[in-house]
Amino acid sequence: MTVAATTKTGVRPSWAGRRPHAPTWVGTVPFLAYVAIFLLWPTGIVVVDALKNPNGAWAFSNISELGNPLVRDYFIGSFKLCLLSAAAGAVFGAILAYAVASGDPDGLIRRLYIAVSGVLAQFGGVTLAFAFLVTIGPVGLLFHASWYFDFPWGIGLIYTYFQIPLMVLVFMPAIDGLKVQWREASENLGSSAWQYWRYVGGPLLAPAFLGGALLLFANALSAFATIQAWENQIAYIVPQQISTAMSSEVGLSSVNEASLLALGLVIMVAVVMTIYALLQRRAARWLR
Amino acid sequence: MAALTSVGETPIAAPAGRPRGMQAGRRRRLNTFRYVVFTLFGAFFLIPLLAMLRFSLEGAKLGTWSLSAWRQIASYQGSGIPPLLSSIEITLELAVITCAVMLVLLVPTMIWVQLRVRWLTRTIEVLCLLPLTIPAIVLVVGLGEIYNRIQRFSLSALMLFWIYVILALPYAYRALAAGLGGIDVKTLSEAARSLGASWFTVIVRVIAPNMRQGILNAVLLTFSLVLGEFTIAYLLLYTNLQVELYSISRNTPNAGVLFSTSFAALLFAFALLMILSYAGRGRRRSRG
Amino acid sequence: MSHAKRFSCIYHAFSAGGEEGWRPSPAPPPGMFRAVAIRFGMGKFLEEALVRSPYRFAFAGVAAAVLLATGCSSSSSSGSSGSSVNWANETSVSAGGGMNALVTAAKKEGTLNVIALPPTWANYGTIINTFEKKYGITVNSTLPDGTSQQEVDAVKQENGSPKAPDVLDIGLAVALANTKLFAPYEVSTWSDIPAAQKDPSGLWYEDYGGYMAIGYESKFGTITSLSQLLTPKFKGAVALNGNPTAANAALNGVMLANLAEGGTPSNISKGVAFFHQLKQVGNFNPISATGATIKAGSTPVVFNWDYLNLSSYVGVPGWKVFVPSGVALGGYYAQAINKNAPHPAAARLWEEFLYSQASTGGQNLWLQGGARPVEQQAMTSAGTIDTSAATALPTVSGTPVFLSQSQSSDAATYLATNWANAVG
Repeated sequence: MTVAATTKTGVRPSWAGRRPHAPTWVGTVPFLAYVAIFLLWPTGIVVVDALKNPNGAWAFSNISELGNPLVRDYFIGSFKLCLLSAAAGAVFGAILAYAVASGDPDGLIRRLYIAVSGVLAQFGGVTLAFAFLVTIGPVGLLFHASWYFDFPWGIGLIYTYFQIPLMVLVFMPAIDGLKVQWREASENLGSSAWQYWRYVGGPLLAPAFLGGALLLFANALSAFATIQAWENQIAYIVPQQISTAMSSEVGLSSVNEASLLALGLVIMVAVVMTIYALLQRRAARWLR
Repeated sequence: MAALTSVGETPIAAPAGRPRGMQAGRRRRLNTFRYVVFTLFGAFFLIPLLAMLRFSLEGAKLGTWSLSAWRQIASYQGSGIPPLLSSIEITLELAVITCAVMLVLLVPTMIWVQLRVRWLTRTIEVLCLLPLTIPAIVLVVGLGEIYNRIQRFSLSALMLFWIYVILALPYAYRALAAGLGGIDVKTLSEAARSLGASWFTVIVRVIAPNMRQGILNAVLLTFSLVLGEFTIAYLLLYTNLQVELYSISRNTPNAGVLFSTSFAALLFAFALLMILSYAGRGRRRSRG
Repeated sequence: MSHAKRFSCIYHAFSAGGEEGWRPSPAPPPGMFRAVAIRFGMGKFLEEALVRSPYRFAFAGVAAAVLLATGCSSSSSSGSSGSSVNWANETSVSAGGGMNALVTAAKKEGTLNVIALPPTWANYGTIINTFEKKYGITVNSTLPDGTSQQEVDAVKQENGSPKAPDVLDIGLAVALANTKLFAPYEVSTWSDIPAAQKDPSGLWYEDYGGYMAIGYESKFGTITSLSQLLTPKFKGAVALNGNPTAANAALNGVMLANLAEGGTPSNISKGVAFFHQLKQVGNFNPISATGATIKAGSTPVVFNWDYLNLSSYVGVPGWKVFVPSGVALGGYYAQAINKNAPHPAAARLWEEFLYSQASTGGQNLWLQGGARPVEQQAMTSAGTIDTSAATALPTVSGTPVFLSQSQSSDAATYLATNWANAVG
């Protein structure tokens, strides 16, 4: 069976073997086009709004508003909450993912936990905040957690409720990719469990772990329905202030301010992604 | 060639009978670890849900029981709201379409990028994280313009799938990346190509089955996202399942209805995802 | 080359593979699609995908589903094209040819889009149901918990779409700032609306209102003065129903405390100081009160409009209401019609319904919801008012105070800088 093309008469057509191929990135064009239309264009509109003032004129000085101490506090609050819930969610989620993945691949527990994780990963908002309120809030069923309204601990705990399942779902395929032979091989060479994880399993899982943690961070970043229902007398994080700016009916609403804060969030994520990229490069250095 | 197995599977040539010695001890420790983890996390996830369930069963006075909050889901007479069943149907259709488009868009792109266009990896990663950084209330400002144009073609709520695919990107990308990272894409694709397979065969019939858990998790996350999505549909004035449930809960002074509807939605999503998870692992046993 | 021929080439290309594998035919004819496919080596890809793949049915199914969905979705009929009157330009019923003409035109449109009307708020659920049954017009109610600003944003965002809101029920501040979005219209009972409560050119007109009150659970006994809220009995109990920098009702709640403490409408500092005191003794509750939190007992004391402190709205039996003596802080909402309403006749019919003084008309229905209709005075003199509902309203003493545009924006500015520090 030959790869070279031949026609019925056995003569190679003139253009065989010399087909000009499109550059390889053309294969990603459908994806990039879709994203450009439905993500980059709305984002562009938001960014443009951030740099305008209410009567439509350009106002590049708006960017300096991001240095305002009040605004800086919102970003610091957002960063604290996201870091806390991402770290807790990543660590506990990884542990739970390992527990689930190391069992019977067709077993009921695995399916159950995967389905439950799928459902709870997107559970949030008013109902989640309320569920915690009636569990450990001021008139809670279980007990009253005095730190419930302390930022970021109370709301951080509520956030981990959906961060952990999300981590389970995005991390488990990586654990599945750990081959049993590697464990056996390292044990044959005399390593203990700790050594296996430290030198083999850990570094192999590190890229997926970091990626999952990054996703958790971003996931917590723009969530606001939960914290609005938890308490919204004070704006602790950026999305709360964005919500006030978008929907205030007492005259404090400003689409430009909301867009500017959103732009600030994008910049913050860009910074976090840079740190993440550096960590990834270091973690994956010895792979391939 | 050694069988390609992973942590979650027993090796094909497993020794008969109970494993002895080091393996037995390890298995015991692993099982204890797993059961402890499952109990702790199970309690953490279950308790707030039970508190919510209890609240939805409360009667008019705290301490009495009543099913009225649940009955109202079926028996409400909406003032200005379409029937519940049609919104369930629309949301399910939305979920299927979103899943399909997401898979078709992401899986080939990610595989292609990993094989041939590695320099685009970071860009795709950033693009797949961007939807999470901008809060929905601000994104709607930009989306409104696009949807205004889309509404000239179709007023159906099914048009939400364009943006839902974007919203699902971060989660799906991470799950797929974890799955993709665990297999040797280069070798598999080169082997398949050298045997004469087209790219379609390589992607759909060679690589994708090896990423099964990753793809399944991505599908679960997307499904769960569409079933639980509220804010964008709400702000764009469409009616999907969550918006409908919310309208039902606002239709009555019985506050329990918000929670009975939420709980019902959770159970529905859970049942759906359990069914889907069975679709993911059916054919394993017949390998040999 | 004709389209038919072009497509027949593609068909041949796809079926040319057969069982022996891909075999390109000589010299591809200059059909566009085929040439491109072969040029970039995608021919086999497409053939595999669409013809030989076991997944082809799945692809076909999904494609069919998408096409069906887009094709079969109904685009609602845009208004009546046959009538001679364009109701979008009419400024009153009589100018458009009378009530019957309006009803006919509205029925022809068949739909009305309303926004931000929670069914339990001032009896809107009954109002919508009554309107639907009376005229056979379907009412689409979206965004039930939207703020006034979100209503106006929806009008701008959906401009030109059949889903755009037809009518608005908004706070005065937002109404005054957005008059260019409204269509002028005078309902038939226009003269019964007090002059101070409507726009002279008919762009907006107030509809119902209430007075600020404090609702609380019966377990606290009876509250007789505001300072009682500072006692230890109310630990962690006192809540607003939103953030005062965002929600009109919450801002008025702080203003109520302000006036009760001796402050003036132009300066809200005493109110903020009161809440600061509440926070310091540990009585301030940061949760925003909703029906659920009230029922669960998490927010047993709530500052809210009196029609939202009805036992039936709140859903808690024995819920009591307290208004500080001598303080009558009122607030009215306003109606407006979208200038580019997709259903102009239905919109105007809705307004006529809301301002009708019949026993099942909007004004009385609002009254039964505990809100004070704007035409209350005229209706009392004419005897068309529902007297039992009127007497059931909570009594307020003192001269009614209504915040003016500048007073409320001054208050908002003060809150923007001082509220977080006061209760943080």
